[in-house]
Amino acid sequence: MLGWELPPHNSGGLGVACYQLCKALAKKGADIEFVVPYDAHHNINFMKVTAAQPNGVHIAPGKNAYESHVYTYPDGRTETIDIFGQQQYYEKAVTMLTQNRAQEFDVIHAHDWLTFRAALRAKEQTGLPLVIHLHSIERDRAGGNAGNPLVREIESIALLMADRIIAVSQHTKNMIVEDYDIPGDKIEVVHNSIDPEMFEPLDSSNSYVYLAELKKQGWRMVVNLGRLTVQKNLVNLLYAAKEVVARAPKTMFVFVGSGDQYFELITLAADLGIAKNVTFVGFQRGKRWRDSYAIADLFVMPSISEPFGLTALEAIGYGAPVLMSKQSGVAEILTNGLKVNFWDVHDMADKITAVVCNDSLRDELLQNAQAEYRRLNWDRAADTLFGIYHHHKQKKALPV
Amino acid sequence: MSKAIVLYLHVHQPYRIRHYSIFDAGVNHDYFDTSYDDNTNNERIIHKVAQKSYLPTNAHLLKMLQEHPEFRLSLSITGTVIEQLEKWSPEALQSFKDLCATGRVEIVAETYHHSLAFFYSRSEFEAQVAMHRAKVQEVFGQNPKVFRNTELSFNNDVAHWADQAGYKGVLAEGWDKILGWRSPNYVYRPSYTQNARLLLKNYKLSDDIAFRFGDRNWAEWPLTADKFTHWLNNTHNATNFNLFMDYETFGEHQWEESGIFDFLQNLPKQWLKTPGNSFMTVSEVIDAFEPADIVDTPFTTTWADTERDLSAWLGNRMQTQAIQALYELEAPILQSNDLALIADWRRLQTSDHFYYMCTKWFHDGDIHAYFSPYENPYDAFIAFMNAYHDMRYRLMQKGFAV
Repeated sequence: MLGWELPPHNSGGLGVACYQLCKALAKKGADIEFVVPYDAHHNINFMKVTAAQPNGVHIAPGKNAYESHVYTYPDGRTETIDIFGQQQYYEKAVTMLTQNRAQEFDVIHAHDWLTFRAALRAKEQTGLPLVIHLHSIERDRAGGNAGNPLVREIESIALLMADRIIAVSQHTKNMIVEDYDIPGDKIEVVHNSIDPEMFEPLDSSNSYVYLAELKKQGWRMVVNLGRLTVQKNLVNLLYAAKEVVARAPKTMFVFVGSGDQYFELITLAADLGIAKNVTFVGFQRGKRWRDSYAIADLFVMPSISEPFGLTALEAIGYGAPVLMSKQSGVAEILTNGLKVNFWDVHDMADKITAVVCNDSLRDELLQNAQAEYRRLNWDRAADTLFGIYHHHKQKKALPV
Repeated sequence: MSKAIVLYLHVHQPYRIRHYSIFDAGVNHDYFDTSYDDNTNNERIIHKVAQKSYLPTNAHLLKMLQEHPEFRLSLSITGTVIEQLEKWSPEALQSFKDLCATGRVEIVAETYHHSLAFFYSRSEFEAQVAMHRAKVQEVFGQNPKVFRNTELSFNNDVAHWADQAGYKGVLAEGWDKILGWRSPNYVYRPSYTQNARLLLKNYKLSDDIAFRFGDRNWAEWPLTADKFTHWLNNTHNATNFNLFMDYETFGEHQWEESGIFDFLQNLPKQWLKTPGNSFMTVSEVIDAFEPADIVDTPFTTTWADTERDLSAWLGNRMQTQAIQALYELEAPILQSNDLALIADWRRLQTSDHFYYMCTKWFHDGDIHAYFSPYENPYDAFIAFMNAYHDMRYRLMQKGFAV
């Protein structure tokens, strides 16, 4: 399996999804070697994690998937290399890893565009069938725009050359068909899920002492957690926030995360005159990350396009009902949540206002969502993948 | 014809807010306190400025006062910097006291906290002016007679207030929009006043020293006291040259290596060579000359930036939202009778906090960036708002609904 990150060295949902998927597959007897592009300890015992390191180069993980990794060469030189350079290194390293080992593997399973060049090279070298797994496509990440043509080219070629394509939602499958002219029957939808056991429990005190006090005074917290970037549609969320605050002044919007829109969103909140009702918390991990969900009366994920949207399930797990955009994968599997079109600011504002003004609506939403949540697991996803692996093991791989 | 140099230096340091996060709100109330090596550490900045500017400059000024009985100057020194010097550099404070002890250094009145309170709460403004007056009396044994508002912000209302409050004069920027064809080199009377006088900064001559002195690309570089006094001597229609600038020009904005201290030392030597030339404090020049005209200022001017308005502090909505939020707390804060809470609230009023949020030329990395301890204006805004939220927390703990 070729991946770009695993917890705890992950920047977002991709690493978590890969981890949980592999864990469920391993439980069913899959023997997985997972190749990541950096060298670090993962504390994983259900599969073999291999660092792709060409020619003795040590690669330390960057802070997030799009940040440069630090490359230390055998002669002691260090260098930070951009995302395209990293792919070239990864491609080279994966080629070295798979050399003369074709018979050890049944199938190559690659996650997201960053690994696709290496995946195609490995397929070419080994003749093994290639399953590519799309957790997002470039149009998602570009917030509905075309995005980077170099990335699109990699995605396009990999989609053509793969033996099978996995999309994390029907929403993503539709976009692949529309954007890349791939026949729908080549694409299988395998929804992500969640493993409630993976989450560390909350402790009795929340680290947002001030926000907890505000709640006692009748305030309600609306939380967004994720990168501050165009895909996440936070500009519309702020416009909705202005309408909400006009009707429910004791509402605080909490933005947890960092990203390229940091300056823009702070400026916009001030320009809209709601600076006192918006708090920017920055990127958080661990307890503060968990507490961000726990403090929420409503978790909002208004993304323009969200292939899946794991944060919505995490929020429910930690006790917050969810408002999500209809343009998200998670909206396909979660019934008990509020759903809006990402462009509909007024509808978004109406629904947020309804929750912050009505605790029984909040509690009912949460209770029913949590019942759904408890039924979720990765078994179905693992079963589907096993079926696909078996099918392609017996079939000759498509020519490269 | 007799001509006077009116040298006026402004001494100020704010209490910078540390990188105060939302997780601190409700937990720690130490907005102004952080580890010594952090950029926002106030003690470290006081040590640095005392070493680079206050101590060497005051040594030069004292020597000049001793060598030239005609030399004199005016100072404004805010309450927030006096407090910090008391704590962290008593020797620098003593050097200011030594200057005042010569009897030829006049202290100018202003708000204790270097705030923009005049534009938001007149009663709070008056409280801060009274606090400053008391502090100056306590530390320097003087009763200020001439007033300057924060950042030389000035308009007809400021003039009217100062007149009513009994000040004999106000300092302001000699900005072309209010002067028109007139020269800043005279004493004026502001509109809507009976007795007050207006002293207007000669910004060209002042900025030659404060901003351009060390600029090697400036056509007049290097600027010597000889050359500078030659310009003044050749300016015939003038009674007084108002050289108003930040005290930290000497040794901090213009480093010692630029030759700024040599310039300062030589200024009285060169200037006093010509008979009739003198130095005057702000009160002395007001007493010496009749006003040349009435100056009307229907809008607010300051001494900052090319706009000479308040836009460096209140030019974007982060700044206005932050300052409005702060002044909205005035009534409960003052009713709380919690002296620590009131003190923190006043320290948050210091104009520098809003200056750090200025986005006017953020991308050019200009003079604003030079003075800011934050990486960008947004971090400054966030630290401020989190401190504001904590103030609200403290009020809620006291039973106030905010």
